[in-house]
Amino acid sequence: MKLSVQDLNSHYGPAHILFDIALEVGDGEVVALLGRNGAGKSTTFRSIVGLVEQRSGRILFEGKDVSHQPTHAIVSRGLGYVPEERRIFTELTVEENLEVGRQPRRSNAPHWTREKLFALFPNLGEMRNRPGGRMSGGEQQMLTIARTLMGNPSLVLLDEPSEGLSPKIVEQMVDAILTMKKEGVSIVVSEQNLHFAKLISDRAYIIERGRICFGGTMAELDGRPDIRDAHLSL
Amino acid sequence: MAFYIVQFLTGLASAASLFLVASGLSIIFGVTRIVNFAHGAFYMLGAYVAFTLTDRFSGALGFWGGIVVAALIIAAVGVLVEMALLRRIYHSPELFQLLATFGLTLMVEDLVVLIWGPSELLGRRAPGFKGAVDFFGQNIPSYDLFLIALGPIVLGILWLLFQRTRWGVLVRAATQDRDMVAALGVNQKWLFTSVFAVGVFLAALGGALQIPRDAVHHAMDLRIIVDVFVVVVIGGLGSIIGAFVAAVLVSELNAFGILIFPKISIILVFLVMAAVLIVRPWGLFGKQEGPARRTPGLTVNPWRTLTSGERLAATAALIIAAALPLFSGNYALTIGSEIAIFVIFAASLHFLMAVGGLASFGHAAYFGLGAYGVAFLAKMAGLPMIVSLLLGPLLGCLGAAVFGFFAVQLSGVYFAMLTLAFAQIVWSIAFQWVTVTGGDNGILGVWPEKWAASPSHFYWLSLGIAALMVVGLRIVVFSPFGFALRATRDSPLRSEAIGIDGKRIQWTAFVIAGTVAGVAGALFAYLKGSVFPDSLGISLSVDALVMVLLGGVETISGAVVGAIVYKALNIWLVSQTDLSKLVLGAFIVLIVVAFPKGIVGMLETIRNRRRSASAKSALLASPIETAE
Repeated sequence: MKLSVQDLNSHYGPAHILFDIALEVGDGEVVALLGRNGAGKSTTFRSIVGLVEQRSGRILFEGKDVSHQPTHAIVSRGLGYVPEERRIFTELTVEENLEVGRQPRRSNAPHWTREKLFALFPNLGEMRNRPGGRMSGGEQQMLTIARTLMGNPSLVLLDEPSEGLSPKIVEQMVDAILTMKKEGVSIVVSEQNLHFAKLISDRAYIIERGRICFGGTMAELDGRPDIRDAHLSL
Repeated sequence: MAFYIVQFLTGLASAASLFLVASGLSIIFGVTRIVNFAHGAFYMLGAYVAFTLTDRFSGALGFWGGIVVAALIIAAVGVLVEMALLRRIYHSPELFQLLATFGLTLMVEDLVVLIWGPSELLGRRAPGFKGAVDFFGQNIPSYDLFLIALGPIVLGILWLLFQRTRWGVLVRAATQDRDMVAALGVNQKWLFTSVFAVGVFLAALGGALQIPRDAVHHAMDLRIIVDVFVVVVIGGLGSIIGAFVAAVLVSELNAFGILIFPKISIILVFLVMAAVLIVRPWGLFGKQEGPARRTPGLTVNPWRTLTSGERLAATAALIIAAALPLFSGNYALTIGSEIAIFVIFAASLHFLMAVGGLASFGHAAYFGLGAYGVAFLAKMAGLPMIVSLLLGPLLGCLGAAVFGFFAVQLSGVYFAMLTLAFAQIVWSIAFQWVTVTGGDNGILGVWPEKWAASPSHFYWLSLGIAALMVVGLRIVVFSPFGFALRATRDSPLRSEAIGIDGKRIQWTAFVIAGTVAGVAGALFAYLKGSVFPDSLGISLSVDALVMVLLGGVETISGAVVGAIVYKALNIWLVSQTDLSKLVLGAFIVLIVVAFPKGIVGMLETIRNRRRSASAKSALLASPIETAE
């Protein structure tokens, strides 16, 4: 088991956001976390990497409990995180952005170099010295994924990678994610777009108002149109 | 002509140290978002340690090695400070960070006197740079030429460090988004510590390099920190290039200002700073920041007017205070008057900080202006006491109107730095313009008239005015103006969206606070019978800040309690120890780290907790950041 989340509860100040979240991700698996805006997808990711201070529950990454570790320690174990807002360093060039993400090589995860990433995202290779602030939304999305891959993660949390992108760029994104999967990276991808999720995922969880209300394979989800219609806006 | 060129080169040489210290401050601020008030103290420590090392070890190696080793030693001290103190307050409101580092400065000032003694120390000349170069009949010290070359070299090294190393890339990334850097697996703790070490190294190096030029003394920290604040305000906080350009600009203005206004040379720097602030409030090379990030307090605590019971209690306390002359002697009454005056002063700053969200580090300027106003009117114009008392504070009002206009263009740390710089400018004028202010000798013989001359009468006068001022300020807090001011404090954007002219409101608050401080200063002049530049000084501004903090920043009238407790403690402390700054500094650091809510704030929390122990409204006490 790559990642196992048990009884995760999170609060923002006095507000209780996540209720007893349980998730599992196998080695090399791509798992979708589906749900509407505000359902708790981003908070789940932020809680896993320790960016939400008030949280309880167990988070096992490669069998080790990381729930009491600071963010940088969790991430440098090989748990990569790509935030929804992208958070590119706008003053830094593409290459410098990648440099910030660079971590030592890991035995149980694919090794990414700049050149390998420029092959995966050819657009980035053409603008190595451009500041992050002068890139389009799609290019920034590619850069934020490439930046996380520079850390040679064995698992990546991808928060809404298709959001706000043109169909053409979304296609490239699907290809990139499938390449990552082929290289052996486990992925949890949060999505509102069921179609996109189907193209890349093996299994799916549905989250609604901070609770997991479905977990199963994509085929099982297809067999339950009631759940799909109740919890996902199409 | 040659004379002007030499003057220009002297200015450039002075710019080197200023640039080193200012760039260190900028680098630290960029990543940690802390304006390190203690930066001047590290500069001073660098100079003292370098003095000792170069004195102890002879030869060229002893000198240059001593300079570098001194900077390294102080950088190591900086690392300890960062780990022991700053790590605890990175998430505190910026006011607390400013105060804690200021407390550190005070401690260092006393420690330095304790270790090296109070007298000035003359350092060694630099080996190889002892002579002077003849330039068309004018002499230029060759050490100045060395410093002129050093500035651009350090600038170049810093540029390479930030552009060409992984550390530099990480620092620049963290300057923009600290959390994202952590989310990419970088341990911020050590990044912060290393940045702090580099910044402190630069400050200490700046100090160490000054020893062949200037005497080493225990007040050099405040002198440099004011210049550095002016530099970073002009150049833009966070920009190294800005620090360089502004350091050169300020040094040249100082060098030539002496030729144009020999008595009040600092005026020229002030005019340039004002011009820059109007055109680019965030500095020549700085970037515009979003609106203020946070309220100065720790929690959002709904304010309410006093209940009738509390009103009775306050009135009773006032009556008891008024009965003091019935059972105590003249000395106690003089102290009582002084405490009443400081209640007025602290309440005025508290109004600006707690209600306006504007933490002024130079509030003594308006206190002192009020005092000088009275001295001018009573001594020079010979006006009666009542008229002087009424008109004297207007000088404070005028000063607040002029400086406040510029200060409210900025917020947060910029506001703090600017108010401190303004206060220091007013202090310099009072100190240097001897023909008008008497300079260091002050203005003597400002005694109250017969009707107020006896200690009991003067005490009643001070107490009455203090009560009036505190009640008046409370009325303002709960007036529509007060609500608009609090709205601007909590959310500049939203209050602007409902039609509140934030800048005008804050300016008005600044003028109110300055005028009330002027009232306190006016009374103070009569209490002491004299006025000195000290009444405008930084230490008085800090006293006021500590009174507010001690009472509680989030309270409505905590400053009253804070002023009484602090002033009484202070008078007692000065009679007990020579190291009052050391104790005071440690006290400030302790409050910030351990009791950030202050006396009244803690009492309120305890009362709230008791009242709502069953009602489970931890909501009031839990930290809520203003969303922006």
